[in-house]
Amino acid sequence: MDYTLILLAIFDGLSYAALVFMVAVGLTLIFGVLQILNVAHGSLYAIGAYLTASIGGAIFAAGYAPILAFPLMLIAAALVGILLGGPIEYLLLRRIYHKPEVLQLLVTFAVFMILEDVQRLVWGNQPYFESSALQMLGNIQVFGVYYTVYQLILLPVVAALTLIGLRLFLRRTLTGRLITAVTEDREAAQAIGIDANRVYLLTFVVGAGLAGLGGALASPTTSVLPGIGAEMIVLSFAVVATAGLGRIEGAAIAALLIGLGRSAATYTYPELQVLVPYLIMLAVLLVRPEGLFGSPAARKI
Amino acid sequence: MSTRHFLPLLALLLLLFVPMAAPGLQILLTLALAKAIAVMGVTLLLRAGQVSFGHALFFGISAYAAAFIAATSLDDLVLLLIAGTAGAALSGLLVGLFVVRYRGIFFGMLNLAFSMIFWSILEKFYHYTGGADGLRLPRPTVLGLSLDRAPFELLLFYLTLALTIGLGWFTLRFLGSPIGQLFQTVKTNETRLEYLGVSARTTLLKGYVLSAALCGIGGILVATAQGIVTPSYAYWIRSGEMVFIAVLGGAGSIPGAVAGALAYEIVRAYAAAFAADIWQLVLGVFLLVVILFAPGGLAGIYTAIANRLSRRDPSPTAHSPNEARQ
Repeated sequence: MDYTLILLAIFDGLSYAALVFMVAVGLTLIFGVLQILNVAHGSLYAIGAYLTASIGGAIFAAGYAPILAFPLMLIAAALVGILLGGPIEYLLLRRIYHKPEVLQLLVTFAVFMILEDVQRLVWGNQPYFESSALQMLGNIQVFGVYYTVYQLILLPVVAALTLIGLRLFLRRTLTGRLITAVTEDREAAQAIGIDANRVYLLTFVVGAGLAGLGGALASPTTSVLPGIGAEMIVLSFAVVATAGLGRIEGAAIAALLIGLGRSAATYTYPELQVLVPYLIMLAVLLVRPEGLFGSPAARKI
Repeated sequence: MSTRHFLPLLALLLLLFVPMAAPGLQILLTLALAKAIAVMGVTLLLRAGQVSFGHALFFGISAYAAAFIAATSLDDLVLLLIAGTAGAALSGLLVGLFVVRYRGIFFGMLNLAFSMIFWSILEKFYHYTGGADGLRLPRPTVLGLSLDRAPFELLLFYLTLALTIGLGWFTLRFLGSPIGQLFQTVKTNETRLEYLGVSARTTLLKGYVLSAALCGIGGILVATAQGIVTPSYAYWIRSGEMVFIAVLGGAGSIPGAVAGALAYEIVRAYAAAFAADIWQLVLGVFLLVVILFAPGGLAGIYTAIANRLSRRDPSPTAHSPNEARQ
C-alpha cells in the first residue's frame, strides 16, 4: 500500500468518523440523561438525510443558490428534533421511565418500526442523491492527494465544534448544569426545584436534532435509500458501546477508532469493511465489558 | 379440568383437522406454527428479563445450514432438522458465551449487532450464499422416501404441529425444572442467585442455547415449507417480528407465543394485502398499544377473562398480567 492510499484511507476514516460521531453523540447524550437507549435514533438520522436531500433537490431545481444547502441542513435537524423528538419524548417515553429496561427498549423499537415505514410512505423506495453542498465547496490538495473540502474539512470541523459546544454547554451554562444535575441524581435535583421533565424533553429534542443533523450532513456524500436507518443505529450503538454508554468525549475517540479501522479495511480487505466496526466493538467489550471509558456499574443487592 | 385449560386444548384438537376441513389454511398454519416455535425462543429469554433484537440470526443460520445440506446428497428432512438445530445450538453457544456477560440494553443490542453481521455476510459473500437472491431448498426426502408436493406438505404440517406441541411442552418443563427456575431468577434477582453459589452467566447461557435451538428449528421448518432461503431470514425485521409476536402473545407465556403466532400470521395473510406498505407501521403501533395498555398480551387477556368467568380470586399463575409490569 503506497503513501497516497494511506492518506486516502485516513481522510476517508476521518470524514466517516465525523458523521458517525454526530449520530452517536446524540444517542449517548440521551442515554446519559434519560437512561433510555433510543433504538429509533437511526430513523431520525435517516429522516434528517431524506429531508435535506429531497427539499434540497426541489429548491435547487427551482433555481435557488446552492449555498442554501447549509441553512437547509440546520432546518432539517431542527425539524427532526422538534417535530419528531419532542412528541416521542412527551407522548411516549414519559410514560415508561419507571418501567423495566426491556419495556423501554421495546417502546423505542416500536417507534423505530413505525418511522421506517413512515420514511417509505413519504419518500418511496427510490434513492435520493443531492450533492450541491459537496460540489460547491470544491476539492483541496493535501500532500498530493485531492479530497473534497466538504468531507475533509467541513465534517470534522462540525463534529469538533459539536463536541466542544456540548462540553461547554453542559459545564458552563445554567441549562447544561441543570441537565448534569438531573443526570447525577434525578430525585435530589427535583427536590431543589429542577423541572426534571423539562430537562428530559430538552435533552431528547437536542439528541434527536443531532441525529437529524448527522443525517443532513451525510446526505451530500451518499445516496439516501431505505435501510440506512437500521444500519446507522447498529453502527452508532457500536461506537457508543465501545466508548461506554453516556460518554460524550469517549464517543469521539471510539468514532475515530471505528472510522479509521473501517477505512483501513476498505483499502485492504474490502469484504471485511462492514464487519470491522463490530469486530472492534467485540474486541473492546471482551476486554472491557463497560467500554473504553465507562465505569463498572455498582450492583444493587 | 377447568374451562381455563379446555379452550386451548380444543384449539389444538381443531388444528389436527385443518388439512381435512380447511386445506387452504394448511400452508399458512404450517408457517405460523413454525414461527411459533421460533417465538418460543424469544419468549424464553423474556422470562429471564432479557430481550433479543437479533434472534433471527439463529433462524437464518439453521435455514442456511439446511439449504447447504440440501444441496448435497444427504438431502433428507430428518438430517436437515438435526443439522440445522445443531448449527443453531452451536452458534447459540458461541454467541451466548459472549452476550450472557450483558443484560438489558447491551444484551438486546449485541444480539442485533451479531445478526446484522451475519446478514451482511449473507449479502456480501454471494458466491457461497447466493447474495440477496438466496439459495433454493429443493423438497427433501423423508427418511429416504421422496414424496410429492401434496403429501409432503401434509406431512410437514403434522410434523410442525407435533414439534410445536412437543417443544412447547419441553420448554414449559424446562421452565419448571430447577435449571429453569434459576434461569428466571436472572430476571427477579440475579445477585441473590450468585449468593446461592450459582453462576448467573452459565444459567443464562443454558437458556440461551435452548432459545437459539428453538429459533433454529423454526427456521428450518419455514425454509423447508417455502423452498427458499434468503438473507431476509436473518434481517432485523424478522427479529422484530419475533419480538412483536412474543409480546403480543404475552411476555413470557409459551402458550401465548403459539396463540400470538397464529393470530399474527392469520391477520397478516388477510390484512397485509390492504396494508402491505405500512405493515411495519401497523405492527409498531400495535406493539405500543400492547405494551402500554395490555402488558400481559393475549395470554394475559385470556387469563383475566377466565378468572372473571370462574369468579375466583386470580390464581398466581406463572404468567399473570401483573408480572410484565413489575
